[in-house]
Amino acid sequence: MAAPPRTRIQQISYLWTDERLRGIAFQLLVTTSLALFFAFIIWNTATNLKHAGLASGYGFLQDAASFDINQRLIDYDSTSSYGRAFLVGGLNTVLVAVLGIAAATFIGFLVGLMRLSSNFLVSRIAAIYVELTRNIPLLLQIIFWWVIILALPRVRDSISVGDVLFLNNRGVRMPQPIFEDAFQFVLALIVAGGIGTFFLARWARKRHELTGRTFPVGWSSIGLIFGLPGLSMLFLGLPISLEIPLQGKFNFEGGFNVTPELIALWLALSLYTGAFISEVVRSGILAVDKGQIEAARAVGLPPGLRTRKIILPQALRVIIPPLTNQYLNLTKNSSLAVVIGYQDIVSIGETVLNQSGQALEVISIYMAFYLTLSLLTSLLMNWYNKRTALVRER
Amino acid sequence: MIALTRPGLSCAVFAAFVLPATVGTAQAATLDDVRAADELKCGINTGLAGFANTDDAGNWVGFDVDYCKALAAAVLGDAGKVQYVSLTGKNRFPALQAGEIEVLARNTTWTFSRDVDLGLTFVGVNYYDGQGFIGPRSLGISSAGELDGASVCIQTGTTTELNLADFFRTNNISYEPVPIETNAEARAAYEAERCDVYTSDASGLAATRATFDNPNDHVILPEIISKEPLGPLVRHGDDQWADIARWVLNALISAEELGVTQANVEALAQKDGGSDNPEIQRMLGSQGSMGAMLGLDADWAVRAIKAVGNYGEIFARHLGPDTRLGLERGLNALYTNGGILYSPPFR
Repeated sequence: MAAPPRTRIQQISYLWTDERLRGIAFQLLVTTSLALFFAFIIWNTATNLKHAGLASGYGFLQDAASFDINQRLIDYDSTSSYGRAFLVGGLNTVLVAVLGIAAATFIGFLVGLMRLSSNFLVSRIAAIYVELTRNIPLLLQIIFWWVIILALPRVRDSISVGDVLFLNNRGVRMPQPIFEDAFQFVLALIVAGGIGTFFLARWARKRHELTGRTFPVGWSSIGLIFGLPGLSMLFLGLPISLEIPLQGKFNFEGGFNVTPELIALWLALSLYTGAFISEVVRSGILAVDKGQIEAARAVGLPPGLRTRKIILPQALRVIIPPLTNQYLNLTKNSSLAVVIGYQDIVSIGETVLNQSGQALEVISIYMAFYLTLSLLTSLLMNWYNKRTALVRER
Repeated sequence: MIALTRPGLSCAVFAAFVLPATVGTAQAATLDDVRAADELKCGINTGLAGFANTDDAGNWVGFDVDYCKALAAAVLGDAGKVQYVSLTGKNRFPALQAGEIEVLARNTTWTFSRDVDLGLTFVGVNYYDGQGFIGPRSLGISSAGELDGASVCIQTGTTTELNLADFFRTNNISYEPVPIETNAEARAAYEAERCDVYTSDASGLAATRATFDNPNDHVILPEIISKEPLGPLVRHGDDQWADIARWVLNALISAEELGVTQANVEALAQKDGGSDNPEIQRMLGSQGSMGAMLGLDADWAVRAIKAVGNYGEIFARHLGPDTRLGLERGLNALYTNGGILYSPPFR
């Protein structure tokens, strides 16, 4: 029996019941309304800003900043531009983020392993540290460390280490190395040593896979990167001198100063994020199948090798994605620096904002900066994640 | 505290520019808006002793707060019809530009870029301030020129850092800036001797010194390194509203000069038996039609002075020698008393 011809209405309802067509229709609808919504928001904001005489653009970044910054990784003085001030602040944020990530990772792995220790005291100490630091707001911890450092001896009563390093409540003043021209040769040797180590490690891995013979890559890399340049320095008559800090009227003069703000922020960020990372590490290690460890024990691998070759490579696959989150958190949390006066990008941006009145431009620079930094971190971590994932498939 | 202000600012900016659905809210006729709302939205400090802070009962009091009250009394007839919007150094200008407040009275320095570039109109100066230094007496310094190599704590939020950089650059001496956002933390750093000296506006230094355990252990250095004329301001684009704000301030200053006080203003304003000084008569509306020219009624100045007193009374109540701040009039005395306070005439 032939089906009766479809009426017009049936044809339309057929369109509706077709899953693929319906999907396309809904996607079109959602995309269009989203696009319209955002177009309206952007248009409305732009028009309102223009109306209020507020959107004056980024031209002000070339104007002279006219304020000073106490921690500069690149050349800067009060005649430099606002743009350069932002750069100095951005680098200060990157500095504390990199230092913080390094320390937090070290603390995290150490405490994570301690927490799994069969020694009652060790695992209890780790647990107390984790619960204490992760349950107190970071802002309070930053202020806590800052106040602790401010309670150190004052400049006149500095703690002196061998009369070259001084510790007081204005930071750690240490000798500054001054490099002479001949040091460039040493620098070149260090770079060459690094490249040499890279190829040596590749050759050693290949040889290990082919013949099973191992090569002491670690020791030889130390020799290449530190030993050879060190020897050459002796021959060149030590092309490096130290500028020793001297007590001036108010402060130590000369040398290199690590500010209390940087120390307090770094300590607080590292200890706070370290607690979270230790839990990530613990969960990663617990996720490794017990059989793997028993098998490693059965083939007679010593405990150190067992952790390095069997447990960690597998645990890392679980650890890395949440670890990335912690790195991103640490970077963004560094903006709390403004409370204690560490001149990161937010602190400097606020000064710029106060002087220029360009509120929206400054806020958009913050957003672009943190977004870029976070995306770069994610990119790097995703690449590393892929690498650790591949190890498993090989 | 800080953690709250940053999202607060973003929210304010977001609300101000993204949310209004209709483009082009009314710029002119602020007076009509204020009357329609029956409330004056006045931007003040988040808390600065003497200028704007809350008393034990939680009410806003202070030098800037009294200006808001005087303006509300002149426009709405009731000094209580003020909605105080406390603003940080950062969000005060966006708040005014976006129309969240009608007038800003928050220790704001009158500068070229704020007046011209930000599209704001300063209506006058109600406090002549300047940036100074405070240091421990034990340091034995008598001048800011001796500060070569010193660490300087700075309370950020104004152009303090710029003035400081200019001063040290001009005198060719070096220093370590330690910029801290809130007065409380900056003070703590100074007290812990993280810094040798602390810099802020001289009025603020006096307020801070008053709260130290031993105020006499600290000296305010003689140098004033910047001009900080503080005054109320409004948006560009509504001259009538700017005139009202300007002449309320001038009325308070003129009242002191003419001897009009909170106590005698009503008596002096009487048509019969009141003051026979023609300028007082014009200002208080017993003669002429100055109120109508502003778009207000004849008694506008009477109500403003009745509500808070003249400039001298306001100063004495919040900042003067009998208060915790203990500030002398100095530059802020009338020009007839050796200061530079000078109101254009009412004629």
